[in-house]
Amino acid sequence: MEPILYTDNLTIRFGGHTAVDGVNFQMPEKHLKSIIGPNGAGKTTFFNLISGELKPTAGDVYFKGQSLAQKSAIERTRMGLGRSFQITNVFPNLTVLENVRLAVQSKEKIRYQLFRHYKSYKAISEKAEELLSLVLLDNKRDALTTMLSHGEKRKLEIAMLLALDTEILLLDEPTAGMSLEEVPAILEVIRTIKNQGNKTILLIEHKMDMILDLSDSIMVLFNGQLLADGSPEEIMNNDTVQNAYLGGLYDDHLTDIK
Amino acid sequence: MNNKMSLRYVAFFLLLAIFIILPFANDSRTLLILLTQIFIFGILAMSYDILLGYTGIVSFGHAMFFGVGAYTTAVMLKQMDNTLLIFVLSIVIGMLLAGFISFLVGLLTLRLKSHFFAMLTLAFSGLFLVLAEKWRTVTYGNDGFTFRAPDIFRDRMTFYFFVLASLVIIFLALYRFVNSPTGRILIAVRENEQRTKSLGYNTLHYKVIASIVAGIVASFAGSLYAVSLRFVNTSVMAMDITLDALLMTIIGGVGTLVGPLLGAAVIEYAQHALSGLARDYPIFERWIIFFGILYILAVIFFPKGIIGTLRLLFWKWRGKLKQRKSQVALPQEKERFE
Repeated sequence: MEPILYTDNLTIRFGGHTAVDGVNFQMPEKHLKSIIGPNGAGKTTFFNLISGELKPTAGDVYFKGQSLAQKSAIERTRMGLGRSFQITNVFPNLTVLENVRLAVQSKEKIRYQLFRHYKSYKAISEKAEELLSLVLLDNKRDALTTMLSHGEKRKLEIAMLLALDTEILLLDEPTAGMSLEEVPAILEVIRTIKNQGNKTILLIEHKMDMILDLSDSIMVLFNGQLLADGSPEEIMNNDTVQNAYLGGLYDDHLTDIK
Repeated sequence: MNNKMSLRYVAFFLLLAIFIILPFANDSRTLLILLTQIFIFGILAMSYDILLGYTGIVSFGHAMFFGVGAYTTAVMLKQMDNTLLIFVLSIVIGMLLAGFISFLVGLLTLRLKSHFFAMLTLAFSGLFLVLAEKWRTVTYGNDGFTFRAPDIFRDRMTFYFFVLASLVIIFLALYRFVNSPTGRILIAVRENEQRTKSLGYNTLHYKVIASIVAGIVASFAGSLYAVSLRFVNTSVMAMDITLDALLMTIIGGVGTLVGPLLGAAVIEYAQHALSGLARDYPIFERWIIFFGILYILAVIFFPKGIIGTLRLLFWKWRGKLKQRKSQVALPQEKERFE
């Protein structure tokens, strides 16, 4: 099967430091791939290259066989590459529902309608509420976004990303900075999206139990290079990966789960 | 929600009724003129609120649109004829002109970051002020000129009702505008422009739309202002007008539409009352000083403006109510996660 997204020798250098180094990766359609690697391995930089926040020094990203070299971040979003941000980035003084509604409205292309009340577009509000209940935020719909906890903001971020209805979802550490109680809820949300079966998801995450549970495949970045890419079992049994990254860390987590 | 809505309607119609009956109950000419002035500046302040309160743009050049309206109406009534038709026509032409100018100025300046934008609008309005000063054949320079208002407005009462009707119509129209899908995007731009872009909206377009709407409404206020004085000079283009609009909006409460109206009432009344006191107490000849104190107090005690502060109190009160309810609902929620 033709991969929906792939990179060709993707490289970026900041001065003398090569943050992403000749990565060739392929993303099959309707697949969930996790990216792991120690801090500073280039995971978020890799995301920024795909979503267009950064321009590569060499190499290119291909989406549906088309080169993205000349596409801005906004254009890539409209083409179908949506991403969430590690730093939550929402509209602080609007209600939760209004945040999502604005994202849905963008997708629905009623941008220049000056005189009808926005609430008369029932379908948009309903879609927004649907998304809120998907991420388990429907009890907060009328709260101002500034009042939300960090975890709730991350859920909102995911709802807004889903509202854009892009084919590919790039999730940058959706559970970062969350309390332990909040993590399972996010996990459920991602699982629900995956089980709906129409999205391709690329996930950066540190929590190994979560990754092993969810992923169809895992790729490992180390010092900007693609160390391995394969099914969860293959990665777990790969000696290079064990040595480079997982090592003792994995054992700890394993005992956590069991 | 429904209660709140109906409360709003009741307040709206009650106020409207009061202002309709007032001129008949109290035949003070001063009061009538003061109210007319308040309504006109209320329209101007509402237009400024579209920029400052809804889109988050600080413009120091709003007076130029006010001045364009004032001069268009004054010049046409003077040079052509003082009929109602010409008056209406001059309003329309003033609005078209202001819309066009704000479109051009907006396209040129709105790409800039906020403080650069503010400076550039100041420069543009300075340009218009100089134009009004130097184009003597039409504007009679600094001294300005008097003209005759349409006959029907000889009666202050008729003009009062005309202005009141305009105010109501513009208020309702702007209320619809800020609650339209486009209006919501303006609010999103105010909240987080970068994020609005990342949702796929071209924010420049929306900022230009906001500045056109604000410009058109300000020009309308200018037309009414000129007729209320039957006189126009370069002061309509001056910085003071912009500052008044800015302060009315801030004191009343940004992003509320009702706030600027209230702000206009407070400021116009304070100006009137403070300068009136000068007859008995000479110190009030320096009423501007007291005005300054009023501003400072307002900013300290009502940083969100009068309406903004009241709204915040209302939300807090509603939040407490909700909290009480959610304490009962909490166990349910827990179940869902387990």
